[in-house]
Amino acid sequence: MRQRTRKSGTPLAIELPLKGGTPAASPLGAGTIKKKKKGFLHELIHNRVLFLMLLPALLFFLINSYFPMVGVYYAFTQFDFNSGLFDAPFVGFKNFEFLWKSGTLVKLTLNTIGYNLAFILLGNVLAIVCAILLSELRVKWFKKLTQSIMFLPYFVSFVILSVIVYNVFNYDSGFLNTLLARFGAGPVDVYNKPLVWIFLIILFYLWKNLGYSMVIYLAAITGISDEYYEAAKIDGAHIFQRIWYITVPMLKSTFVVLLLFSLGSIMKGQFDLFYQLIGNNGVLYNTTDILDTYVFRSLKVTFDIGMATAAGLYQSLFGFILIMTVNYIIRKINDDYALF
Amino acid sequence: MHIKDDPYTRLLQGLAYAVIILGSLACLIPFLLIISASLTANESIIKDGYHLIPAEFSLEGYKTVFTFPDEVLRAYGVTLFTTVTGTLTGLFFMTMAGYVLARKDFKYRNTFSFYIYFTTLFGGGLVPWYIMITKYLHLTDSYGALIFPGLMTPFLIILMKNFIRSAVPEELFESAKIDGAGDFRIYWRIVLQLSMPGIATVGLFLALAYWNDWFSSSLFINDPHKYQLQFHLYNVINSAAFIANMGAGTGVSLGSDLPTESTKMAMAIVVTGPILFLYPFIQRYFVKGLTIGAVKG
Repeated sequence: MRQRTRKSGTPLAIELPLKGGTPAASPLGAGTIKKKKKGFLHELIHNRVLFLMLLPALLFFLINSYFPMVGVYYAFTQFDFNSGLFDAPFVGFKNFEFLWKSGTLVKLTLNTIGYNLAFILLGNVLAIVCAILLSELRVKWFKKLTQSIMFLPYFVSFVILSVIVYNVFNYDSGFLNTLLARFGAGPVDVYNKPLVWIFLIILFYLWKNLGYSMVIYLAAITGISDEYYEAAKIDGAHIFQRIWYITVPMLKSTFVVLLLFSLGSIMKGQFDLFYQLIGNNGVLYNTTDILDTYVFRSLKVTFDIGMATAAGLYQSLFGFILIMTVNYIIRKINDDYALF
Repeated sequence: MHIKDDPYTRLLQGLAYAVIILGSLACLIPFLLIISASLTANESIIKDGYHLIPAEFSLEGYKTVFTFPDEVLRAYGVTLFTTVTGTLTGLFFMTMAGYVLARKDFKYRNTFSFYIYFTTLFGGGLVPWYIMITKYLHLTDSYGALIFPGLMTPFLIILMKNFIRSAVPEELFESAKIDGAGDFRIYWRIVLQLSMPGIATVGLFLALAYWNDWFSSSLFINDPHKYQLQFHLYNVINSAAFIANMGAGTGVSLGSDLPTESTKMAMAIVVTGPILFLYPFIQRYFVKGLTIGAVKG
């Protein structure tokens, strides 16, 4: 789980690399393998400059992504920092067993998937609504200005988000309590109300990401040909009908692409948001702990390396199986929308 | 000239303006809250709390931040250095990779694309990765730990590949080859020149990620002199909150050298400043890059 993969936002223009042939696309007999090896060597020499140019990227992913995969072995050991990779005592599935029996895994999974579903559904629906409304604005400068303002939160860091939350919700001098005091109401200690944070986290997710997805949908709307609208107008369709029968269906493919990619990270996602808003506030864990924050805390706060690795492996595997299943189903329904 | 709108259109127009104005205000007000708080006298905040408009105007927050500017400036320096180095290196590697993967005559492009893409589907998780960086690469407390992990992402490489594929026609490779240009030369002289919008978009994504990064510092850096700007801010806010809570719980009075409320907010503004200042200029490129992506997708 690397941070920036997520921070870079929703993948868009990804025209998936895998269509047309995965490495194991053609089952080869023993005889042909030899031939292929020769082919690779020939390619390597023939195109050595291209290989060399690709090398930094390959090395990077080897070190940053593939080598750590070996480390999932820690999930089956009682690892501590002083031991080497294979010195740690092997404990089998004990780490998983403990996670499962304590109920942690179930709670974390439900929280993680629940929040992500809310993010995906609410985020997309609101972004579509806002993009349609924005596209109907006629005053040019106003349209540009509001679009910029709504895109702004995407640019600031999550630390700034935590400053905002502190400013609004802290007990002693927060804006909320100042406001309540003015209306004669008593102060509210939001940091002691776990249920409220479900809404707050979703709210701040939307605050930060709405402008970004809105721009994507806005671009898709701009790409729709005017002729459809003209024709519909002549046929007497009023504006709501034109939006419902032309704009909304035309956004379907953008929606499906965004949906698929966010489904891909449904077991991860938004660590920064949760950690910066909640931090190490144990009161709120029940409603706000996700797999990412749990693993991070196990590593940095409780030093439970074996357990943390086990939770991380579970997260990766579960997510992987989930994506494969979803992709399989989508390919059965409509091949064009499948990820690979 | 103006054709009169039907009632439906008028209704939608009203709705659109109302929703968009409300949305914009919701996006803007949190920033106004911080700006206002940074310009309020500290006693006023402690007495009456935060307001949308400063109850008692004062610049003392900023004065405190810049009385001992060393820490802030150093954090700025670290962030600036990692952002520039990381972005340039990452861009160089990713454009090269994108170019190779975009070459139709490169036989293994699908294989390698898959190996890169696969890392987004499955991974070892945070802990093995952390151990890899600290125990095997020995990057603890080095700038390498701040730069290396974020250098490339599969998403940006594939984005780059698509840009190059759409910006540079296949025939150009062929003709340049016939003219005797080598593969690297084609990349350096032709591909880079033609895919500037793509490079700008990818570069901005990368730079933004580096600028806003606090996570690497929190994992790998123990030496406060090497904290990134965002992590420095994070510590200022949280240590103050932590000590304040401790004080409230134990009845011990607080030290006077604690960052005050207005100082914290002033610090937040100082940290965000460059982004807010550059935003109007940067934003156009993002919108353009995203637009190209969405239309293609």
